[in-house]
Amino acid sequence: MARKISYKQAINEALDLEMRRDPTVIVLGEDIVGGAGAPGELDAWGGVLGVTKGLHAKHGNRLMDTPLSESAYIGAAIGAAACGMRPVAELMFLDFMGVCFDQILNQAAKFKYMFGGKAKTPVVIRAMVGAGFRAAAQHSQMLTPMFTHVPGLKVVCPSNAYDAKGLLIQSIRDDDPVIFCEHKALYGSEADVPEESYAIPFGEANVVREGKDVTIVSYGLTVHRALDAAEKLAKSGVQAEVIDLRTLSPIDWDTVIESVENTGRLVVVDEANPRCSIASDVASYVAQNAFGALKAAPQMVTAPHTPVPFSPVLEDLYIPSADAIAAAVNKTTARALAA
Amino acid sequence: MTNNPFPLSKDELLAAYRTMRTIRDFEERLHVEFAKGDIPGFVHLYAGEEACAAGIMMHLTDIDRIASTHRGHGHCIAKGVDVHEMMAEIYGKATGACRGKGGSMHIADLSKGMMGANGILGAGAPLICGAGLAAKFRGDGGVGITFFGDGASNQGTVLESMNLAAIWNLPVIFVVENNGYAESTSVEYATAVDSYVDRAAGFGLPGVTVDGTDFFAVHEAAGEVIRRAREGGGPALLECKTIRFFGHFEGDAQTYKAKGENDYNREHRDCLRIFANRVTSAGAVSEAEIALVDREVASLIDAAVESAKGAPLPSPRELLTDVYVAY
Repeated sequence: MARKISYKQAINEALDLEMRRDPTVIVLGEDIVGGAGAPGELDAWGGVLGVTKGLHAKHGNRLMDTPLSESAYIGAAIGAAACGMRPVAELMFLDFMGVCFDQILNQAAKFKYMFGGKAKTPVVIRAMVGAGFRAAAQHSQMLTPMFTHVPGLKVVCPSNAYDAKGLLIQSIRDDDPVIFCEHKALYGSEADVPEESYAIPFGEANVVREGKDVTIVSYGLTVHRALDAAEKLAKSGVQAEVIDLRTLSPIDWDTVIESVENTGRLVVVDEANPRCSIASDVASYVAQNAFGALKAAPQMVTAPHTPVPFSPVLEDLYIPSADAIAAAVNKTTARALAA
Repeated sequence: MTNNPFPLSKDELLAAYRTMRTIRDFEERLHVEFAKGDIPGFVHLYAGEEACAAGIMMHLTDIDRIASTHRGHGHCIAKGVDVHEMMAEIYGKATGACRGKGGSMHIADLSKGMMGANGILGAGAPLICGAGLAAKFRGDGGVGITFFGDGASNQGTVLESMNLAAIWNLPVIFVVENNGYAESTSVEYATAVDSYVDRAAGFGLPGVTVDGTDFFAVHEAAGEVIRRAREGGGPALLECKTIRFFGHFEGDAQTYKAKGENDYNREHRDCLRIFANRVTSAGAVSEAEIALVDREVASLIDAAVESAKGAPLPSPRELLTDVYVAY
């Protein structure tokens, strides 16, 4: 039975269901229980934003608070995965990759290949991504391209509560290391989510709005900006198709190419910085593989090549807006409109 | 045999010697073969440090995990990784332990509890905390051992992991193989404490320092900390003061060492000679029995090199396989 729950609750529910199903699933991270060893309540926080709240009461010591030692506990999660567990480690903010990246880049991602196929590392690293929280340069980045670049990692970034639940369940069951990116600005967003367990396969993009004139590709928070833009464009007679990639590695090229072959126009929206981004990746792939179908140059709408600023007026400018997306779409249709 | 003052049976003494001799011959032979130019990449030889790997690994079985270093051949051999597969891997062959995709610095055999040599210094410490955590959840009595040198002892990963292992009371042993050199930089220069036991104390861990050229000292100290960890007593640090007979990597001119240092160490501080002298002079093992092991190991290494040289190269399709379980 579906009911409306938030993105945050959907993640909590996915963890709960998988911990019930599989005794090898453990969850560790900073403050994920909250209050360990402190004089007050246990499960005081349930994660810095309350995502894991209540799970300790259900699963006890299979949830573990960690010291502020990201290399040690992310590495421990990876080591435990290589020894038969299915750990879900919370990195809190993906920006903190800077203090543990070796364990992800040089260990988890490479075990299978460099050990000749004989290793399996079913670890999930959950972390918040994205701007909009006035959290400034070190707690707001969209670092998805950095992980997508690395062979051996899978990268997931759901845009809604339904996908968050199904993709997290798939991430936990998956036998490869998964970077599960949770957009902090979406935690409160609600969707119809079934109570039962379900897994959404990786590499299957979602066409969230159909249209014949232009393809807008995005993921995470900016899917909603793209939908807002599509709504505005519809009023001026432009029918935009909006694709939510859902997973960035693997990525569903077929759905993107098929759509561009129908529309002839591409706008890619990415909250990451522009260079070597998901946006540039999708634009170049389409240019290489569907050049003949293109009626206009692909456009990218991304964050600028700057750190995330603090002041709200600047941060709001930083995140791709519906207006910027609509303007990019208009650029692709300008020739046709002029004709 | 009646004259055996050692805490090991004659068979165990011979097994320990065989492990150390196998490591030594494996490394000495690589030194020769590398100079011929047939071996791609880098090799970091463990010769001189054999008593550490052998003395520790004799306490372990396949349920126990180790996380090794860039200087990992000795750990692999002592943990039971197949010598033929290791040699083939170092030659980059399809029959290698990692099918030619890992090389000297990434030899692993998870079925033997060998979680990999590691090209990143100090990276094994967090991983072994995970192995310890898994053992604790399973309740299987397994322990994890992470090896690192005096160089990697200064990595944040190692220090973070000692704290994590301590607060979670993990069955994990931190083994410092202190050979005095972080590549070319001396331990006196790079490490602020004189004793790693003091550093362990800073994390609430018991620590012990032993002469890493003395197999029996290593074996006894390792036995104690491993037994304690297995019984739930928690992590510990074991420092083995040891010697690196060769350079940091093959091709290292070792000009940072004192003149005559290697010759002196080979003459007076060779853990194999020390071991053989002790067990034969006590009458626990005969010289003929030692010599027989020497001959058997020599032919094993000959055969491993010969088969590695003759083994097929990986097929081009191997470039693209084994990145993911499923993608």
